[in-house]
Amino acid sequence: MSLFLLFLSALLVNNFVLVRFLGICPFMGVSKEVDSAIGMGMATTFVMVVASAATWLIERFILEPFGLPFLQTMSFILVIASLVQLVEMFLHKTSPALYKAMGIFLPLITTNCAILGLAIMSVQNAYTFIQAVVFALGGGLGFTLALVLLAGIREELRFADIPEPLLGAPIAFICAGLLSLAFSGFAGLI
Amino acid sequence: MNTTIVSLVSMGSLAALFALGLAMAGRIFAVETDPKIDAIEEVLPGVNCGGCGFAGCRAFAEAVASGEAPTNGCPVGGATVAQMVAAVLGVDAVAPVRKVAQVLCQGGNAEAKQKGTYDGPVDCRIAHATQGGDKACSYGCLGYGSCVKACAFDAMYMNENGLPVVIEENCTACGKCVEACPRDIIILVPEDQGVHIRCRSLDTGRKVRQVCSVGCIACQRCVKVCPTGAIYMEDNLARINYDKCTNCRECVAVCPMKTIDWQDGKPLVLEKAAVS
Repeated sequence: MSLFLLFLSALLVNNFVLVRFLGICPFMGVSKEVDSAIGMGMATTFVMVVASAATWLIERFILEPFGLPFLQTMSFILVIASLVQLVEMFLHKTSPALYKAMGIFLPLITTNCAILGLAIMSVQNAYTFIQAVVFALGGGLGFTLALVLLAGIREELRFADIPEPLLGAPIAFICAGLLSLAFSGFAGLI
Repeated sequence: MNTTIVSLVSMGSLAALFALGLAMAGRIFAVETDPKIDAIEEVLPGVNCGGCGFAGCRAFAEAVASGEAPTNGCPVGGATVAQMVAAVLGVDAVAPVRKVAQVLCQGGNAEAKQKGTYDGPVDCRIAHATQGGDKACSYGCLGYGSCVKACAFDAMYMNENGLPVVIEENCTACGKCVEACPRDIIILVPEDQGVHIRCRSLDTGRKVRQVCSVGCIACQRCVKVCPTGAIYMEDNLARINYDKCTNCRECVAVCPMKTIDWQDGKPLVLEKAAVS
């Protein structure tokens, strides 16, 4: 599979949020404003790419040679948690506004199943190092895309005339469902 | 047994590696609070009015300390505070250009026609949302004094003609009245500017004549007479570019509706009411 197809597949066809349904928590939580959605998406993409590279190295040079596949989940979480800490420190230093806007969801990237899922998928599909990184980049940008799309819709929703029982979270979930339905249209692309 | 040792060693060394990395990152990305911020905050007025464009005095002090905001950025404190802030930072003080609020509507009770009666709460924003109040002009002052209520410095009052008047000496250009006005008829203008086009109506001249006796009818005489090209037409309304205006008052003389006025220290809105 060429790298471009892999990238496109992770970005659209097998979008982590809208097709695989991974990482729904930040998808619903940080999609109220486009700005913070972009920030969250970028932070997650960064963690995904670096975590994917780091977990590939760990899998290849530690877990496989020493026959420790049962430590996969634990060591991957260790990597992800450390990276999230790093991103948090970096953001607190460079962009306090973004840091405040993302709030609790920033440390929660640690438990974002999209990241662990991506790392484990890379291993299962026996990707090479380059492939794993491209897969992570596509997945991360796909996550950002889904977040920004929903955030854009929710910003418009504020001015829409919504039936009272559907105000707030329900209408957001309906929109997310419709978005997911729309993304199934990419299924035949590759 | 062997697996246990290998697991312990490999995971232990990984964890140690990450711990070291994070410890170093903690040093590099440490968030220190600048002692200058507290010193600057001390000399600011402390009303948290937000006139500087930041979320309160603390945020402004942070911005000044990091060089994002100018030392003279506090419109309330003016030159005195600018000097004190500059002293904290050890730089030369630059006096800020003082701005004052200007009300761009002269359609008081005497000039603007009514389209009905409004019995709702005395609040411009509510009136604006409820069929646009009782005046026939949908761009002009509603006259319920939300701007006056928003002013924290006693720099505005409602005159007997139902229009807000700015007491320029008290105005700090904090912008609260600008925010409070649902019709955007209040703007902040450098205080040395005396010529103002006091109308915000985008209606055609015909429509304006029907609802108000002092509105801009888009006749363009001011545009033609202006020697510096400071006045231009946009959406049936004459607008003034304060950067180009030289206060020559040519436009004031030709304006057939007396929409453009020359303010010379005294609230002109009162005179207009007396004339009509």
